[in-house]
Amino acid sequence: MSGSVAGFLQAGLLVLALAVCHRPLGDYIARVVTGDRDWRAEKAIYRMMGVDPRADQRWSVYLRSMLAFSAISVLAVYLFERIQGHLFLSNGMPGVTPDLAWNTAASFTTNTNWQNYSGETTMGYLTQMSGLAVQNFASAAVGIAIAIALVRGFARSRTDRLGNFWVDLTRITVRVLLPLSVIGALILVAGGAVDNFTATHVIHTLTGSSQNMVGGPVASQEVIKEMGNNGGGFYNANSAHPFENPNPFTNWFEIFLILVIPFSLCRTFGRMVGDNRQGYAILSVMVTIWVASAALVSFFENSHAGTALRAAGAAMEGKNVAFGIPGSSLFAASTTVTSTGAVNSFHDSYTPFGGAVLIFNMMMGEVTPGGVGAGLYGILMLAVITVFVGGLMVGRTPEYIGKKIRPAEMKYAALYVLATPALVLIFSGLALAFRVPRESILNPGPHGLTEIMYAYTSMANNNGSAFAGLATNTTWYNVTGGIVMLLSRFAPMIFVLALGGSLAKQQTVPVSVGTMPTHKPLFVGMVIGVILLIVGLTYFPALALGPFAEGLH
Amino acid sequence: MSRLPTWIGQHLAAVRAIIVLTLITGGLYPLLVLGIAQAAFRNQANGSLVTYNGKVAGSSLLCQEFTDPKGNPLPRYFQPRPSTAAAPGSKTGFGCDPNYSGASNLGPNNPALLKNVQSYKAAYAAFNRVPPSAVPPDAVTTSASGLDPYISPQNAADQVNRVAAARRLPVGEVRSLVARYTQSRTLGFLGEPRVNVLLLNIALDKLSVTSGG
Amino acid sequence: MATTTPARPPAAAGKQAPAEPHRIGGGLLDPKILWKSLPGAFKKLDPRVQVRNPVMFVVEVGAVLTTYSAITSSTRVPFAWTITVWLWLTVVFANVAEAVAEGRGKAQAATLRRTKRETMARRLTDWRPGREDAREQGVPGTELRLGDHVVVEAGQVIPGDGDVVEGVASVDESAITGESAPVIRESGGDRSAVTGGTKVLSDRIVVKITSKPGETFIDRMIALVEGASRQKTPNEVALNILLASLTIVFLLAVVTLQPMAFYSGAPQSIVIMVALVVALIPTTIGALLSAIGIAGMDRLVQRNVLAMSGRAVEAAGDVNTLLLDKTGTITIGNRQATEFLPVGGVQVQELADAAQLSSLADYTPEGRSIVVLAKQGFGLRQREEGELPGAEFVEFTAQTRMSGVDLHDGRQVRKGASSAVREWIRQSGGTPPEELGQMVDGISAVGGTPLVVAERANGTARALGVIYLKDIVKEGIAERFAELRTMGIKTVMITGDNPLTARAIADESGVDDFLAEATPEDKMELIKKEQSGGHLVAMTGDGTNDAPALAQADVGVAMNTGTSAAKEAGNMVDLDSNPTKLIEIVEIGKQLLITRGALTTFSIANDVAKYFAMLPAMFESVYPGLRHLNVMGLHSPTSAITSAIIFNALIIIALIPLALRGVRYRPSSASALLRRNLWIYGLGGLIIPFIGIKLIDLIIMNIPGIG
Repeated sequence: MSGSVAGFLQAGLLVLALAVCHRPLGDYIARVVTGDRDWRAEKAIYRMMGVDPRADQRWSVYLRSMLAFSAISVLAVYLFERIQGHLFLSNGMPGVTPDLAWNTAASFTTNTNWQNYSGETTMGYLTQMSGLAVQNFASAAVGIAIAIALVRGFARSRTDRLGNFWVDLTRITVRVLLPLSVIGALILVAGGAVDNFTATHVIHTLTGSSQNMVGGPVASQEVIKEMGNNGGGFYNANSAHPFENPNPFTNWFEIFLILVIPFSLCRTFGRMVGDNRQGYAILSVMVTIWVASAALVSFFENSHAGTALRAAGAAMEGKNVAFGIPGSSLFAASTTVTSTGAVNSFHDSYTPFGGAVLIFNMMMGEVTPGGVGAGLYGILMLAVITVFVGGLMVGRTPEYIGKKIRPAEMKYAALYVLATPALVLIFSGLALAFRVPRESILNPGPHGLTEIMYAYTSMANNNGSAFAGLATNTTWYNVTGGIVMLLSRFAPMIFVLALGGSLAKQQTVPVSVGTMPTHKPLFVGMVIGVILLIVGLTYFPALALGPFAEGLH
Repeated sequence: MSRLPTWIGQHLAAVRAIIVLTLITGGLYPLLVLGIAQAAFRNQANGSLVTYNGKVAGSSLLCQEFTDPKGNPLPRYFQPRPSTAAAPGSKTGFGCDPNYSGASNLGPNNPALLKNVQSYKAAYAAFNRVPPSAVPPDAVTTSASGLDPYISPQNAADQVNRVAAARRLPVGEVRSLVARYTQSRTLGFLGEPRVNVLLLNIALDKLSVTSGG
Repeated sequence: MATTTPARPPAAAGKQAPAEPHRIGGGLLDPKILWKSLPGAFKKLDPRVQVRNPVMFVVEVGAVLTTYSAITSSTRVPFAWTITVWLWLTVVFANVAEAVAEGRGKAQAATLRRTKRETMARRLTDWRPGREDAREQGVPGTELRLGDHVVVEAGQVIPGDGDVVEGVASVDESAITGESAPVIRESGGDRSAVTGGTKVLSDRIVVKITSKPGETFIDRMIALVEGASRQKTPNEVALNILLASLTIVFLLAVVTLQPMAFYSGAPQSIVIMVALVVALIPTTIGALLSAIGIAGMDRLVQRNVLAMSGRAVEAAGDVNTLLLDKTGTITIGNRQATEFLPVGGVQVQELADAAQLSSLADYTPEGRSIVVLAKQGFGLRQREEGELPGAEFVEFTAQTRMSGVDLHDGRQVRKGASSAVREWIRQSGGTPPEELGQMVDGISAVGGTPLVVAERANGTARALGVIYLKDIVKEGIAERFAELRTMGIKTVMITGDNPLTARAIADESGVDDFLAEATPEDKMELIKKEQSGGHLVAMTGDGTNDAPALAQADVGVAMNTGTSAAKEAGNMVDLDSNPTKLIEIVEIGKQLLITRGALTTFSIANDVAKYFAMLPAMFESVYPGLRHLNVMGLHSPTSAITSAIIFNALIIIALIPLALRGVRYRPSSASALLRRNLWIYGLGGLIIPFIGIKLIDLIIMNIPGIG
């Protein structure tokens, strides 16, 4: 079988598996967040948290609960890192420096999982397992919870209540993430991912020289890192490390894990608003862009442009033999269209245009399908913008899922769309303007500019993957990165919840033939058009001076 | 708690929530997975270690350097891909260190990368006596992890003559050994065909022992 | 647009067959108005005025920056000045668009002001109903207070808005409505409202003033057409938010481009950076947005509809349910006689004659229609009252429910409600035939109204037959309703008729639903029910008892003939008092939104071409590979940037007529509308600038210092 046919089959099987799974999983999540029965274990959890699970919260209360939880999360992770030397299972690692601990705490709490450290030499097992991995669950659950709250805004009518944050957090963790993680982790272990408490030790190789042998509770963290779209690797090499992602099957399975919840949430959305077609329209937007991205990355990597890659004969720099170009490209596209940021190959060595597609994937705001939850609320915000422009063109006050887009709604959607590009552009501009951050650039010329753009695009979109040539474990990048990640995660969430609150108050408008249909291919095309146009226009200059300047001759 | 201001109440709930979630997702869950993994998939969970002569000789998932103490590649062994996984400041030939997993992160047009590729290519061509134009790409590029245990079948094939000569084994025998250790795509379409260098070299050593080499 | 003759030409809509589908057209861009609005456009350059339009304010600030840069720089001076001039022109063009739109209103306002002369009012200090000897006092019209009573006699101008509390008069309202035929205003009932500035032609009335000075109907009209009280509508605000955020994003993209440009070794001049910002921010829609809104209101005014707020116009576009009064909207005015049905061997001719006789003094529209039918169908010339000496006419009363005539020869003719006339026959010694009852029931069953005609000659009465009165559904109304259905609008007919009659008319007219035997409370109930289902409701009304419903409805169009309570409650006033206009109002509302959406799409899509023109021009020197992005093959960096800026300015001027006229609107489903507008304004917006910029480049490439 030729390589390209195998590549297509690999992608095809992925689409098939996702198609099969998204419906039951999406329906299940919808039931989890709308059901009114608590499990006994959950009741115990609510008692321990000291919260009333029956209390329906206003958007502002929901927001405050979420922010309080996230603030305490940052603090908890920070403390874990700082004192890890004094804890058991430290694997001999001393406490992490303050700026790096801050960056990492911000990074994991915001579901970014940007890593300015190398796991095997910085983090003890306990920090990884009970500090970082807890946030892998929590930040994923928070993202889904916020998306659900927004969807409730669409689904509900004449109320100011959006649900209970603590209940959503608990149920999503206990009923969705944990069971799937146990199953997924065991599949990964069976495939060869390690899971032990053995400290790093020296073994003797075949030739008799010594080699460090690493270990750790990897598989349990690996599965939620992919499924929760976190992406923070146990080891520095992330999912390229054979202990995290040992073979082509686990590679395929990890891509599946990355995509399964974000795609399924479309079904949850359709289900909750009582019109599955709406969910499928959103799903179509996501799938179209994801497939196009994967195809483009594969195409550019197969063409191996670039002087060094031409000399090598293939774009195999920074890629593992077992995954090859198809398995690496598919992973790279999937990890950047979601906010995962895990990597099984190193993006800095991708061809100029292959890398451009990856950075563009993130620039789209992580909405196709985006991070768990974050992707859904993000694309709904963009759908609101699309509906607004399109709705005007049919001569009515624009409405989406029966809710009118009036000045208040527009304000929140516009602020949402504005927030991330503003952070990316301002901080990239600053980093390029100052000498110190500029000195972190490893690769000269336009590629260096791309590295900085990529870094802030990744952090501000809570992706976490890197053009890792940029030396970012510096005070500048640690501090600004932490700020960017926190702002870009929580400012948009404020706007999302505010929008949800204002939508929930509205009376649902009945659909008529005068309503702009939002479940038809035309609308799907419009959303894609709006995403590409807004992102393209915002970042075109930066892309022109980075990848385009490098790739066009 | 109802007497406290809301914002304090929420933070208290947040602190308690973090503690509860840490216990569940950072304690119970990983221990459960670890327990089952150690019970059911002991070999995999511990790094797929391989033994030779009763001693652990490495992990079949991680590459090893087959060099002399000075870092020169040993002709008797199949050589892995160049590795960037090395302690800072160490010389070439001392890669494949799992403590320093990672890639070169050099851009496709970076002159430094071009230089690396060219020098790897020249060294490979000279070492294996193949024309530089025929050097397979994976032999002149570093992997994503620096720990890639695999090389491409072409890369292995190009090394057969040199290994056979160094071990004074018939070329055909080495070639058939390579064929035996060549893994095809999983299910026929997942991943790429590949050869595990450590497993091949162990088999080679075993072969040399039995054939009295 | 007439600017010297009365504000509006006599309105046609109400007089022609109103069901004739009335497409929305609009005023054209008159070069004279363009010229006249130029001074206004320059006045608006004042930053304090300009700041209200954030997009254009950014352009103005940019223009100031480039001006400074052009004055101080020594290199590429012609280029810098060209860009500077065109940036200023961009701002001016935007102001021209607004000034032109306002100019049309101003002309109308001037005409209205002429009618609002200072009048002396004859105030009655202690007027009470029935009191004839109230003291009179002359005060200026501006000093009238709420609740004052004034007396107005033939030839005098009514000094303020109010209700007639005594007397009846014919009033010339042409100053307001443009309609020259006088109207009757009388105390009590639904025709009591009078408007300040109109003129009493005959008789004497006492008017109770209902408006404060300065807040009269004419004052409001002037303010409305001038746009002085124009507030941004919700959709406009929402769109402004979107445009502002896009402006901020593009501003950031360009500002942060400078460090990137420095890193790349190609720092850009202020002139070029400003040019890039202006090219990217949505100037086209930003420039035309307020003109679109003003022109939308203006289109209503031209149809003799006064919207009290832009919000109401927008709501009209959103309407899901139209409540239409049967009479005047769905059917022509009143019922008309369509047939004479004789009984018991009576000749049709004889019946027609009797029917005519009995209707001579019946001045109701029904009565007139009987006379007309008799004349048209049977050649019976209409006799005048005076032709019948000694004849005594019996007028219709609620008690007798009959009208007729007693001729000098003793013959009595009566026509009226079936039960009343039958009773009269019996009392007069006659027997109504069986056949009559069946005929009457048959007509009622199909929604008609039967009037029985009988006569008494020689002491005995006998039935002559039945007049079939029928509601005449307006021609073409069914098609109109079908159109509304495709727009997703439900029509509900409101009528006081019984359900049987209502059903028959509903079926014939194709209305979606009806409310029979409707009381004002029923109407209110229906509106609330629709609204609780999330529907927006529009209705027309004129009576005082319509006022609560008019206030409750999302779009309440009060008839100008109606009471001031109704006019106060509604958010629109139709000066023609033509209920069919509701449909046009909906279309204008939709067209307004579509125009905004289409131009926004066009404006944003334009940016793609501008990037392809400007970015290679800016960075080709350091990265020659970027020349591949110069897909238009523009001549030089300076010509490329200049062309983009010139295009950006000219497209505003080119689109002013469209903004004023509104994009073409044809009632159809949302899907069809969206597809059409996306193709035209989305794809067009993508492609047109490529062509336009290339053409401009071909021209200016020959200019030294730029090409």
